[in-house]
Amino acid sequence: MAPVSATPGRAEASTMARALREAVLAGIIAFGLFVLYVGLKTDQNISNELILVPRPGLLAIFVGLAMVARFLGVLYIQPAMKRRRDAKSAAADLELQPSYVKRNFSTIAIIALVLYPPLMVALFGTQGSLKWVDNFGIQILIYVMLAWGLNIVVGLAGLLDLGYVAFYAVGAYSYALLSTHLGLSFWVLLPMAGILAALWGMILGFPVLRLRGDYLAIVTLAFGEIIRLVLINWTEVTQGTFGISGIAKASIFGIYSFDVGAPNNFAKVFGLPMSAAYYKIFLFYVILALALLTAFVTIRLRRMPVGRAWEALREDEIACRSLGINTVTTKLTAFATGAMFGGFAGSFFAARQGFVSPESFVFLESAVILAIVVLGGMGSLVGIAVAAVVMVGGTEMLRELTFLKAIFGPDFTPELYRMLLFGLAMIVVMVLKPRGFVGSREPSAFLHARKSVSSSFTKEGHG
Amino acid sequence: MAVAPVMKPAASSADPILKVEHLSMRFGGLMAINDLSFECRRGEITALIGPNGAGKTTVFNCITGFYKPTMGMMTLRQKAGKDFLLERLADFEINKRAKVARTFQNIRLFTGLTVLENLLVAQHNTLMRASGYTILGLLGFPAYRKASKESIELAKHWLEKAALIERADDPAGDLPYGAQRRLEIARAMCTGPELLCLDEPAAGLNPRESLALNTLLQGIRGETGTSILLIEHDMSVVMEISDHVVVLEYGQKISDGTPDFVKNDPKVIAAYLGVEDDEIEEVIAEVEEVAHEVEEGGQK
Amino acid sequence: MEYFVQQLVNGLTLGSIYGMIAIGYTMVYGIIGMINFAHGDIFMLGGFAALIVFLALTSLFAGVPVVIALLVMMIVAMIMASLWNWTIERVAYRPLRGSFRLAPLITAIGMSIALSNFIQVTQGPRNKPIPPMVSSVYNIAGITISLKQILIIVITAVLLSVFWYIVHRTPLGRAQRATEQDRKMAALLGIDVDRTISVTFIMGAALAAVAGTMYLMYYGVVVFTDGFIPGVKAFTAAVLGGIGSLPGAVLGGLLIGLIESLWSAYFTIDYKDVATFSILAIVLIFKPSGILGRPEVEKV
Repeated sequence: MAPVSATPGRAEASTMARALREAVLAGIIAFGLFVLYVGLKTDQNISNELILVPRPGLLAIFVGLAMVARFLGVLYIQPAMKRRRDAKSAAADLELQPSYVKRNFSTIAIIALVLYPPLMVALFGTQGSLKWVDNFGIQILIYVMLAWGLNIVVGLAGLLDLGYVAFYAVGAYSYALLSTHLGLSFWVLLPMAGILAALWGMILGFPVLRLRGDYLAIVTLAFGEIIRLVLINWTEVTQGTFGISGIAKASIFGIYSFDVGAPNNFAKVFGLPMSAAYYKIFLFYVILALALLTAFVTIRLRRMPVGRAWEALREDEIACRSLGINTVTTKLTAFATGAMFGGFAGSFFAARQGFVSPESFVFLESAVILAIVVLGGMGSLVGIAVAAVVMVGGTEMLRELTFLKAIFGPDFTPELYRMLLFGLAMIVVMVLKPRGFVGSREPSAFLHARKSVSSSFTKEGHG
Repeated sequence: MAVAPVMKPAASSADPILKVEHLSMRFGGLMAINDLSFECRRGEITALIGPNGAGKTTVFNCITGFYKPTMGMMTLRQKAGKDFLLERLADFEINKRAKVARTFQNIRLFTGLTVLENLLVAQHNTLMRASGYTILGLLGFPAYRKASKESIELAKHWLEKAALIERADDPAGDLPYGAQRRLEIARAMCTGPELLCLDEPAAGLNPRESLALNTLLQGIRGETGTSILLIEHDMSVVMEISDHVVVLEYGQKISDGTPDFVKNDPKVIAAYLGVEDDEIEEVIAEVEEVAHEVEEGGQK
Repeated sequence: MEYFVQQLVNGLTLGSIYGMIAIGYTMVYGIIGMINFAHGDIFMLGGFAALIVFLALTSLFAGVPVVIALLVMMIVAMIMASLWNWTIERVAYRPLRGSFRLAPLITAIGMSIALSNFIQVTQGPRNKPIPPMVSSVYNIAGITISLKQILIIVITAVLLSVFWYIVHRTPLGRAQRATEQDRKMAALLGIDVDRTISVTFIMGAALAAVAGTMYLMYYGVVVFTDGFIPGVKAFTAAVLGGIGSLPGAVLGGLLIGLIESLWSAYFTIDYKDVATFSILAIVLIFKPSGILGRPEVEKV
């Protein structure tokens, strides 16, 4: 064994050498990548001409960071990940009893969400809770609901839809237009917006269902853009880029209103001090209920023939047809159901903002929603909710990082980096977990015991 | 080419379940099937055999609606006496209305669904009606719950027949090859077909799996009276279980009759082995020997 | 009539730019079957590289001839874009090769978001205008053609010929086509698949960078969001022409350029993108594989 004992040391040395080599290489590449874009900045001078401002210091920081990251990566992170993988494959045979929290995750999460607004009020006061309930709570729940809606189309039926935001827009504008012109209330228009969006889902879905895979993706993207462009250009109705403002607020089923002037104003009736927080808290519960409705319907549908047909469609369309399943209507129902939830979310969005404009319905939104579905693990409601919290909540958090100003100077605006970091996070999560946070699939029926299906068997659809 | 030789006509039955008449299928310049006519009799197992590229799977695809034939008529007569012209039905209606089910040469299971779920998907149309096209089921009406229970019972029945009951909750993609073949047949049976079309059900099976398959097929015919049309390369399977054999070569029928008749038809032997006419005698002797050995092998 | 020809010229110019970007989409799609959503942003990066080089050249060497300036801009932009696309493929796509189909699509979308925001952060959110570089205009039979337009069309034609030569006449092109047909088999036959894919990304990026340079020269302005709309249009062009087909990409690009300029000329400019996308949808509904795409045969 004597000669062997020398090897660890040598191996370490060679790893070190490799790490150094890789770091230098990474530095060279980083220099190449960033020399123009970081090393030089295009700026306007006083006479409005573009000039170049060199930033050698910043470039050096970028290159340095790349080198250090690569060095540490080769030296520590790669071996650590390899060890973890080995450990995991060794432990894979053990049947692990899921922990209490894991087993009752949904119940715990729902209770926590119901308690969330009062907790925030208790912690930050009525006015202080506004941010936490609105920016975090409502914002995240809207994305959760949208992603759960899109999950029906992408995750269950395996149809790649890159224009989901179109249905969100249809819902929002349905509410905005019908409430300002006809004066109908939120609770009448909510189902109507859903139905209208579902109708649009069918209208747009019908011609494209023959298409497969990426053709379907590009046509749905095109439809999303068409709807947005029509909203921009059809100024007589939509007021174009100015958008529609002064949209009526939702009321508590017509009993209490949140309009400041109304006699049945919620705060007035209960003798509370005026605050926007009540409306936000109310909206929080509305969107929570809507999201839970989406989840409930999805869970229910998965155990019904139509839901099973969706999943079967994702697995093998030809086999579906051989079993007498009408694939056209099956796809259409998936499109329409997904669109309906998009429409619900859209009308909620309009009621919350009091203002809609085409700005809110750009492709980026579709991309973010799709990213949440895929990052969460297609088909898994819990995974998708977690992904929404991480991605949307995480980027919202950036707005809160004002202390960074102390480090980087007063000009530093963390919001600017929000989407940059969002994009990078999408890449990192996907590379580390290609199947999303929850990769396995829960079967919709069982004979002896419910066993989740490993992601290596499920397919992702071709349509 | 000489005039088609007189062949022993397959005893024309009064009650064919499927009548294929003058079927032709052209792909561009290629005539994959040329004026093919044959019958499948009710309650029997009909085998469609022929060398590679003879057009067997194309015939299947025409019958089950995946291809629209260039010409010809395919009439399916159900037990109740209702006739369907298969070439006029959309692909999914051939299963839904005409009650023809099929399996595929390269197995097409829903690999990410469990074995049980595969069988439940097959009962889609029944369950759809029972669930009031989703709406009643979504509201939790008892009729759907009852239908749902029955569907699981039916699935259980076929799982037992296919000897898969133990694996009911495993993903279909996790089953061994032979079990996947049986599952695909069980799934087709769950649609309640009158005619079951099997595309090379024994391909790639080991002898034990082959035996299990034969049991399943015999069981299906004996118990449900479902007629079976199958494509097969494995002569032992064909000779053992089929009642009637149709032989194709280059998209045309070259022989049609009982297994014994077909086995000894010189044209069939020539097609399979590609020999001169004067060597046929020799070949027949050889084939009989082989068939005998195969039979013995099967009995072991 | 002159007006029509005038619009035709404008459309061809625009279409050339789209076509050059579309080739990158179509090649990457052909070889690894993914939509490289970040490709539009590579085009934008190319435009920015050209802009920065232009500013550097004009400030360092005041009287540099336009031809040299353009050439240097183009070459540097090609190098930059290639380096970026190569790195992106290594970091964000290669680890996901062979896994889940949607994973690389999501990283590509993430990459697109990250790239445009990276430029926003490092170069600022404002439009970046440059003084006109090439301003000669010719008047031929009542039609005005600017030198810019001639340059763009000629450069596109030259580059496409070079490109066509590489793909169809060199070992590298052969490796690409083989990898496209069957990646596993190509690897077994000794083709370095990873390298071939990298080269494909580099080639696509180089063309996109040229398109970016042309775009900057033609419009005289570039902004960090410029990757999206031309990117989507070019992708639309690739799909319209039949994704995976090189002539299809160019044809699609030209068609989209023509549709856009003719629609703007004869109808309303507001709805030009609606027209483009509608025509895409209509074409795909009637010819689901695009104009020059091979129809996808459904194997049963």
